[in-house]
Amino acid sequence: MDIQEALEIVSLTHPGMVRSHNEDSVSYDAACGLAVLADGMGGYNAGEVASGIAVSVVMTEIKHYLEGVRPEDKDAATGEDMAVVLLRDNVQKANASIFHAAQSQPQYAGMGTTIVSSLFYDNRVAVAHVGDSRMYRLRGDTFESVTRDHSLLQEQIDSGMISQEDARMSKNRNLVTRAVGIDAEVAAEVHVYDVQRGDVYVLCSDGLNDMVEDEDIGSTVQMLQSNLPLAASQLIQMANDNGGRDNVSVILVKVNGEFAAKRGLVAKLLSWFKS
Amino acid sequence: MPAKLILSMDGVVLQEYALNKERMTIGRKAHNDVVIDNLAVSGEHAAIVTIQNDSFLEDMDSTNGVTVNGIATKKHFLQNNDVVEIGKYKLKYLNDQPTQTTAADFERTMILRSPVKPAAAAHADLGGITNTQVGLKPAIKAVQAEATGKFETTGSPSAPDSSAGHVAVVQILNGPNSGKELELVKNLTTLGKPGVQVAVLARRPHGFFITHVEGTSYPVVNGESLGEHPRQLNDHDIIELAGIKMEFYFKS
Repeated sequence: MDIQEALEIVSLTHPGMVRSHNEDSVSYDAACGLAVLADGMGGYNAGEVASGIAVSVVMTEIKHYLEGVRPEDKDAATGEDMAVVLLRDNVQKANASIFHAAQSQPQYAGMGTTIVSSLFYDNRVAVAHVGDSRMYRLRGDTFESVTRDHSLLQEQIDSGMISQEDARMSKNRNLVTRAVGIDAEVAAEVHVYDVQRGDVYVLCSDGLNDMVEDEDIGSTVQMLQSNLPLAASQLIQMANDNGGRDNVSVILVKVNGEFAAKRGLVAKLLSWFKS
Repeated sequence: MPAKLILSMDGVVLQEYALNKERMTIGRKAHNDVVIDNLAVSGEHAAIVTIQNDSFLEDMDSTNGVTVNGIATKKHFLQNNDVVEIGKYKLKYLNDQPTQTTAADFERTMILRSPVKPAAAAHADLGGITNTQVGLKPAIKAVQAEATGKFETTGSPSAPDSSAGHVAVVQILNGPNSGKELELVKNLTTLGKPGVQVAVLARRPHGFFITHVEGTSYPVVNGESLGEHPRQLNDHDIIELAGIKMEFYFKS
């Protein structure tokens, strides 16, 4: 099945109930199987600028490269899927772009953004993230976070300093330990996962998961997966009903069919020669 | 404002300590940050580790132990108004910083800066925590709910059962399941047959709403087709869905 037919994608973003403007940015391209979500931070409108740069750089650059390479091809130098390399390199490119804008214009000093970006290809998904924007996966009855936040709280949980239950009461919720655009370089965390028909992926900003328990996000997606736009608006409505203290954004990706890369004899031969 | 500890004995306040260090020690010996000169207190009795706005109490293998709110503990994540007891002494922990999930002045996401170490970035050392925060002024403007448009919310957001505390029920009026009742105790309840026609009932702070999910025809409420839009349900509304008639009502 063509990737565009196999994937159903919707996105929605909302400023929330408290903030006057929206510093989140979202974008996707179903034909490429690409979705990007960023949650910006910085004074005045710098947060919007940072998340906007991140999303547009990653979207346009990856779309451009995909005209020349296939995401399932292996990178000659590292042996990794090109999808991984594309995500990592272009998050880095977004980082440089934000960092330079922040250096050259005083009103943007210190701006940065979190990012979560996923590229679907060949029955797999590569996910890159920096900071505390997340991707979850619903598979059957199991709803779980695929990404692990780069945040102080997550580090405390990992080191055993604080339990998952206690973490809900922590006052250190929104301290991220990595962000795009703050330093000259950033390390995006990239992983590849197998995709199954029926999976639903949720990319979201912390405005959703700080306001709505994971369990409720999961049950909402499960119940409303036959109407993806409604599922997205329901999630945002729940975040807002619970106080909506932050901007809230979601991208939902539902896998309606398989999307294995075409492997003709020629493609196989070519890949032998390459490896 | 940093959190603080108030040392008292027999109800008499002896001293107040601001938790302005990453680690503060409590003990009998003079080098401790909080010195309690009493033989029931070990030389180094306990420590309080503070990371940003959270503080953790640790018993340092003291002879007589530590209790928090009357319960013996080795390690404890301190919450506002906790009372730590060491022998006859009490240390009250005060941290009235709002918890972000409950208070209105919510801080924005901030970056904790650690030196760039791309390779080893997976574990920023806790020592880096005292570094500068690349932060921003919490310039938060309260915006009236109505001004943000699409999502209207009234009433208190934290009270999910504001419908006068009544349990909402859907009772089936026809067909083989006639008379059956379904209590709407969850945030979302779906009705109907998947693949044919499904609607969802959402519990919100200010009431219950029905929305069409899937199917070629829309649910009908009191004889009116719902279309794509949600509709608030009133007591004794009649819902028709996939040939089944139901009544929505609040049980008192």
